[in-house]
Amino acid sequence: MSRRTSRREFLRNAGGVAAGIGLWSVVAVEPARATPAAMEEAIRKVVGAGRVSPGRVKLELPPLVENGNVVPLAVSVDSPMTEADYVRAIHVFTEKNPQPEVVSFHLGPRAGRAAVTTRIRLADTQTVVAIAELHDGSFWSASAAVVVTLAACLEDA
Amino acid sequence: MASALVNVPARARRGAVIEIKTLISHPMETGYRRTQLGAPIPRDIIRLFVCTYNGTEVFRAELHPAIAANPFFAFSTVATESGTITFHWTGDNGFSVTESAAITVD
Repeated sequence: MSRRTSRREFLRNAGGVAAGIGLWSVVAVEPARATPAAMEEAIRKVVGAGRVSPGRVKLELPPLVENGNVVPLAVSVDSPMTEADYVRAIHVFTEKNPQPEVVSFHLGPRAGRAAVTTRIRLADTQTVVAIAELHDGSFWSASAAVVVTLAACLEDA
Repeated sequence: MASALVNVPARARRGAVIEIKTLISHPMETGYRRTQLGAPIPRDIIRLFVCTYNGTEVFRAELHPAIAANPFFAFSTVATESGTITFHWTGDNGFSVTESAAITVD
């Protein structure tokens, strides 16, 4: 009673499976992703014509993240936070999330310390950028590279 | 429904920098996910978080879908006078939650 699979049958089935996988991957690849160019554009919107210099900002993220749904982020700026010298805002951007903007914090001299902690989502292994806007209109930045094992945002519910 | 947790020191010395921690329960649905049938799940996020100290704004955050579910913030402020620190979250679908904490400054 044992029925052996003929070569022809095997090939037909294998072809069907391969086509199925092909179709599936076409469907799965569809989600929108921001690109480094989109991040540049989002940064431009915040910075305007100003120049962003590296330094003064400290961005802390774990270098290797298992779950992109909850990534602890700490950002601080080297500033005395007095009436004469303070951080006006800190903006966080990502390269490859569906949307480049992550969060914008607005501070002032009343903050006492320019340090904020939160938890973000990361859709992929990528670079995260923080930009601080100082009272005098200058912009400073820091970036951190993060490797993500399980991506956030794009899985089915 | 939504519940918020805030952590503010009950007493502080005048001029001291105090740390404030806030946590609110919210799914922060990104709007980029789909159900298994392929229907997009509409976005439902908190858009804005504002902290006021006796009516003066001391901290504000604009949120985007990349903030993790149950948004958590830790930030600081200067203890200037006794009074109330108020926290206000607003978001999609008319989401609005206010929480406050009393502080004694001596």
